[in-house]
Formats: sequence, structure tokens, C-alpha cells
Amino acid sequence: MLRLACLIPLFPFAGFALLALAGSRLSRRVVAGIGVGSVALSAAAAFISSGALAMIPGPDRGYAATLWTWMQSGDLSVSMGIHLDPLAAVMACVVTGVGLLIHIYSTAYMAEEPDYARFFAYMNLFVACMLVLVLADNLLSLYLGWEGVGLCSYLLIGFWYRDRGNCAAAMKAFIVTRIGDAAMAVGLLLIAVELGTLNISEALARAQELWPVGGTLATVAAGLLLAGAIGKSAQVPLHVWLPDAMAGPTPVSALIHAATMVTAGAYLLARMHALTAVAPAIMLTIAVIGIASILIGAVSALAQRDLKRILAYSTMSQVGYMFLALGVGAWTAAIFHLVTHAFFKSLLFLAAGALIHAMRGEQDIFAMRGLRRKLPMVFTVFVIGSAALAGLPLVTAGFYSKEMILGATLHLPTYGPYFWGAGLVGVLLTSIYAFRAAFVAFRTSDDEAEPHGLSLAMTVPLGVLAALSIVAGMLGTPHGLGNVQILSQFLAPASHVGESAVGPLIVASAASLLGIGVAWLVYVRFRESSERLAETDWALGVTEFCKGGCRFDALYNTMLVEPFAYVAGANAPDIIDRGYDLVARAIGKAHQTISRLQDGRLRWYVGGLALGAVFLVGVVVLR
Amino acid sequence: MNALPLSHGLAVAAVLFGIGVAGLLARRNLIFMLMSVEILLAAAGMAFVVAGSRWGEPDGQIMLVFILAMAAAELSVGLALVMQIYHALKTLDTDSIRQLRG
Repeated sequence: MLRLACLIPLFPFAGFALLALAGSRLSRRVVAGIGVGSVALSAAAAFISSGALAMIPGPDRGYAATLWTWMQSGDLSVSMGIHLDPLAAVMACVVTGVGLLIHIYSTAYMAEEPDYARFFAYMNLFVACMLVLVLADNLLSLYLGWEGVGLCSYLLIGFWYRDRGNCAAAMKAFIVTRIGDAAMAVGLLLIAVELGTLNISEALARAQELWPVGGTLATVAAGLLLAGAIGKSAQVPLHVWLPDAMAGPTPVSALIHAATMVTAGAYLLARMHALTAVAPAIMLTIAVIGIASILIGAVSALAQRDLKRILAYSTMSQVGYMFLALGVGAWTAAIFHLVTHAFFKSLLFLAAGALIHAMRGEQDIFAMRGLRRKLPMVFTVFVIGSAALAGLPLVTAGFYSKEMILGATLHLPTYGPYFWGAGLVGVLLTSIYAFRAAFVAFRTSDDEAEPHGLSLAMTVPLGVLAALSIVAGMLGTPHGLGNVQILSQFLAPASHVGESAVGPLIVASAASLLGIGVAWLVYVRFRESSERLAETDWALGVTEFCKGGCRFDALYNTMLVEPFAYVAGANAPDIIDRGYDLVARAIGKAHQTISRLQDGRLRWYVGGLALGAVFLVGVVVLR
Repeated sequence: MNALPLSHGLAVAAVLFGIGVAGLLARRNLIFMLMSVEILLAAAGMAFVVAGSRWGEPDGQIMLVFILAMAAAELSVGLALVMQIYHALKTLDTDSIRQLRG
């Protein structure tokens, strides 16, 4: 059964190959069948092999298969292999499971799209690359998948490439993540040179053995990997690409920019947690970056009017919680939040897609009207998603995963309470912006639009994800509430999750409820007065600041883009090229001079030949 | 057998070569230029044969056969070209066939 793990990435890749080669000649029904079917087969393989993995007793369960040797150079040997351990199994199940639901949803959402086959080809390629990333047994094939998902992200953000804005957004995403990827490549080379292997488990074992805690090499290597994770996971300071990435189709935002790809950074750090453990400075950096992303993302989300941008900033903020957990050493909590976030955030994105679909492309939440009565099903699931995002106590999955992270921060000795406090502010802000979106987008009004109906292919994934957003919390509950540790025990049987006190739990629950209350007061109860307040100069300035993502884009434009554009403009005639132009012109001149001799007078040619022959014979004879 | 000294044979070959070059330079008619080229080839063949007989080797004569075969091929191609040129331009005067301008 475990051998099925080798097939998990193969199915989507085969689907991609089929669709890429023959997609334009197939009917839409067949294209959808291949696109969804390949992911469904992959999901089946993932669930069966993960189930078989869970059956194996003992702390060191795992399955490794070497498929072939990729490259061999001196002592360094890189193989193409599958490594299925509990962490990879959880990720593979999330990627294929959520991926399957989003593929099903896409068959209806993209139904009127002319490039149907191209869309599904890219989506299948993305799932295949993500699975290569997740199941890799060495850092190089992980990097292969890492770059592959980056490519698919670029292709899908720019899916509607006729619009220049979309192409610019795609390019921005690609270039900004490239900064992190370059650092990560350097980190891989450093590990290969210093530890002599790229195999993940061997490298981790040798790092713990050879590198002292807090040593320079360990810090540099972990820092470089962290830079890659920051770029991919859209954390401060490389987060600016994520809001713009919403230019892609909504299922793409749900799959790539919420559920799977942006969490790849958290996955990488969880996978390498033994390496970051020997670099305490980097651990602290991870936590600080997480906090910064939580707060900046949440504040920016508060001021957005575009529903998808709200969700994008929210994604950045939620991935910040995963980083916070990784920074305080609670990597199982990070993965727990990764799983629940994948459910509720893709639910929110798909529900947002249904709203935008219903409003015929309108993304401004203040322009949405009367959707509660027309789309009661979408309203219900959107509220469930928002509640999970806000961490509504007891009933939602987001509550339990966020609780586990906040509980873990308190176990950190020095900075723990500060991290906990910042996380708490994040919880408050999260529930405000989550319910701001819900309250505003579902306002009732008299002039109600007539929205599109929804097909079964859209409602079923929404229902399944809504159910998962609630029950997934049962995978891990805190001490005060049953102390279920299914996920943590599966991921790390030996680990011991510390006791969490009930007091902080109640405070965090109160923060979440308070946020919902604030959102209700501001956007429902005292709507007129809050709107009047928003018109004042002071409030407009703050809104503008938050809406621009705390001016990071403007800062990067002044710091990097404008100087670069200035230098490029100054060098427009290409100074170095002038030198080569000179050479080219000299050769052209010489050519013109000599070609005068080729004038078609045959006897002059013969004369030249004879003279040449005389000269040569003369040289030979007289020498 | 060795009645003809090497220098005599080479002198004849040189004279033939000179006639050929002079013809090539002086004549303007393409057919005469082709004939001059034939004389040049005959001069080269003569030099080969004389040198071969001087050292008692058959190679010189073999080369002559090669040269004759090559000359025949060259002449047939050359005459075909001459036909085409005459057909197209109605003249064989090389000085007036000057479509190539440097």
C-alpha cells in the first residue's frame, strides 16, 4: 500500500502532459474529466498510502523509495526519491484533497473560459510540482518542485494574459519570490558543500552532529533557507507580490495563493526544524517575521475594499501565525494551522469566487448587494469560513489551531509573553476584518441584483470545505478541552505538547468575540456614524496607509524600482554596445573597399591569379 | 628510353603554360578563354608526365589520365555555361558581361 506513494505525483503530471499535448483537440467534458480525474487518482493514492503509514507502529515510521539517481558528481549523489513520513503524508493529503475540491469547483467556475484545457493543464502541473516538493527526499528535488510551483503560480496569475496588469502582477510575483529562491539556492549549495549531502534526513542528522548550537554556519544556512521560505510564503519583507497575485482566476487564488503554495515556506521550515533548532537567532527571526506579517497583513486587510485582496492579506497574516509557531519551536502546531487554514481559506476564496461570479465580476465588497437572500448557501459557508478565520471559540477549526500556536508561544521563556500579546492583537484584528467582509458583502438593500445561480460542482466543494473548517479542529484540542492530540501524535510521536493554561485560552476567545462585536458595531449597528467618521481627513489618511499595504510597495518603488529604472534610462543607448558598433562599422567599411575589386571583369581576375602564381613561385624559387 | 631530358620537357610545359595564360589574358571571347584553360591543363599534364618518366614512376601518367577526365568534365560544364550565357545575353565578350558591380 505504501508503494502507492510513488504514484501520487505521477497522476497529475500525466494529466498535465495529456492536456498540454492534446488539450485543444479534446472536448470540454473530456478536459474536465482528465483534469479532475488525475487529481482524484492522486488523492486516492495519497489517502491510501497515508492510511497505510498511520498503521505502522513505532516512532520512526516512514517510507522511502529511490526511483533513480538524478546526478552523481564526486562524493555528492542526488537521487530522485519519494519520502513519505507523517509530515509529508499530511501535506500530500491536504494538497490533493483541497486540490481535488478546487478542481471540481473550477470545472463550473471556468466553464465559459475559452482556454479551458490550458487552465487545467497548468493546475495539474501545479499539483504535480507541489507533490514533488512535498514528497522529495532530498533538498534538490524539493527545490525542483519549489521552482515548479513558482512557475505555475506565474503562469496562472497571468492566465488572462491579454490584460497588461495581469502580466505585471505575474512578473512581480515571479521576481519577488525569485529573490528568496536565489538565497535558498545558495543555502542548498552551502549545505551540500559543508555537510556533503543533500538528502534531507542525512543533512539534518549531520547538522545536529557537526554544527554547534548557534554556530555561524548553522545560522547562515538556516537564514538562507528562511529567506526562501519568506519569499514563497509572502512574509514581511517579501510579501508584496501576494495581494497583486489575486489577478489570477479565483480557484487559482484558492489553491495556490491560499491553501498550498504559500504554505510551502512553512512546510520547508517544519521539514528542516532540526536545522533551525541549532540556530536560535534564526528561530527568533522567524518568530519576529511571523509577528510582523500577522500585524501588517491584518492591518492592511482592514482597509481593503476588494474582497480578494482582503483574503490575500489575511493569508499573509495567517501564514504569519505558522511562522510564529515555527519560531517558537512548535512545528506541529504550525502544520495544524496549515491544515485548518487550507480548509477555511480555500473555502473563503471559493465562496468569494461564487459571489464575484454572481455579481458578474464585481469584487468591491461595498458594491455587493442583496446576496444573503439570493445565495443563502454561499452566505452560510462564507460566515463559517469567516468564523474559522476569526477563531470563533469552540466551534471552529481555526480556534483550535490558533490556540495551539498561542499556547506554544507562552512556553518560550523570555519573549514568549510578548509574542503571545502580539498574537492576541492579531486575533482581534483578524476577527474584525473577517466579519467586516462578511457584514459588508452581505448587506441587504432594496435594489437587489439578480445573481447567477450556482451549479452542483460549485456547491459541493463549498459544503465539504465548510464541514472540514468546523470538524478539523478535532485533530488537536487544548488541555482544557479534551486534550486530543491526533495530529501532533501522528507527526511527532515523541514530542510532548506542554500543558496550556485555561486563562490565556479564555482571553484569546474573548479577543475573537470582541473583534466580531467591534465589526458588528462599526459596520452594522452604527454604520452611519462610522461612515461619517471615515470621511474625516485623519481617518482617510490612515485608510490610505493601510490600503497601500503599509506603504511597502511605495517604499520598494522608491528604493529599488525607480533607481533601477533611472539607471536603465540613462543607459538606454547602451554605452558598452557603442564599442561593438564601432567594430561592426570598421568591418563594413573594409568590406566596401575590398568588394570594389569584384567588378565582374573576368580578365582582371585572371591577371590577379597569374600575378599571385608568379609571386608564390617567386617566393619558392628565390628563398 | 631516357632520351628526353627533364629540362626539355619542363621547358615545353612552361611554354605551353605561358601560351595558356597569355591567351586567357588577351582573349575576350569566352570560348577562346576556355580553350586557353585547356592549354593550361595540358601544360600541367605535360609536366606530370615528364617528371614521372624522369623518376621511372607511373604516377605521372596516372595523374595525366585524371587531368584529362577532369578537363573533359570542366569543359562540358563550361560549354553548358557558355551556351546559357549566350542565350541570356547574346554575347560572349567578357568585357561586356559585367553585371557584377563591386
